[in-house]
Amino acid sequence: MTAVIFFVFAALALAGALGVVLARNPVHSALFLVVTLVSVAVFFVQQQAHLLAAVQVIVYAGAIVVLFLFVIMLLGVDRQESLHDPIAHQRTAAVALGVIVLAEVLFLAGHRWATGQHATGRFVLRGGNLALGTNVVRVARVLFTDFLWPFEITAGLLVIAVVGSVVLARRSGQPVEILDADLADQVVDDGAEAAP
Amino acid sequence: MTITDTYYLVLAAVIFTIGAVGVLIRRNVLVMFMCIELMLNAVNLSFVAFAHQLNDVRGQALVFFTLVVAAAEVAVGLAIIVAIFRRRRGATADDVRMLRG
Repeated sequence: MTAVIFFVFAALALAGALGVVLARNPVHSALFLVVTLVSVAVFFVQQQAHLLAAVQVIVYAGAIVVLFLFVIMLLGVDRQESLHDPIAHQRTAAVALGVIVLAEVLFLAGHRWATGQHATGRFVLRGGNLALGTNVVRVARVLFTDFLWPFEITAGLLVIAVVGSVVLARRSGQPVEILDADLADQVVDDGAEAAP
Repeated sequence: MTITDTYYLVLAAVIFTIGAVGVLIRRNVLVMFMCIELMLNAVNLSFVAFAHQLNDVRGQALVFFTLVVAAAEVAVGLAIIVAIFRRRRGATADDVRMLRG
């Protein structure tokens, strides 16, 4: 049963990942991304990470993808991108590099030494053992003891991100000198077309 | 057959590679961002697989921080894309190759 679920959702996750890369339309890419994210959430459930599965669906599939779709719609870039390649053979080189990266990462994944030190002896921390309490309790205990300082830093990070995005996305006070060149050309063209 | 943690690691490796290739071959900045999300997710998956394998819940706590960083990154990144789009009329990587407004 576990194996069936794994292979079904692994196929879905891979199909979604390929869809993100191959879909010509950004909206389709975002929807394929949701497929992959939900499949990864299923894997989290299978790995006893129930809290993370919930957070994955709520934060990733719920918030981040919606943010992507908002921006796609806001900018109106839901049109297909051209296949013109400004740098010669860029795609070929990218795929070749990807094959090399895949070989390297698979080599790492298949080796025991990549898994590092086992959590025994003094490395077992308060609440660090999977046998104690529910998943939420264990993650919370680790988060608020061992990772308290990083946790506090994330608060600062989020504040910086919010302030930064507001500053970046805000329209500046003066009438933007947005490449008046481009825009003016466009306006003139439109006018010329409309006039006759 | 039993599914060992290596299966998850291999799956994560493949998803990571697809994301990396996507960043390299796509020129729409939004899709490049989605590919970065794919790579982050692959790493999250391997974190959780290791947490399960090593019987240590700290791996799951680290995924939490990855999620926070990913959310902050998306917020700032999309703001940058909106700012770029306001200055130039496109959202492809070629539009910002001069790296000036």
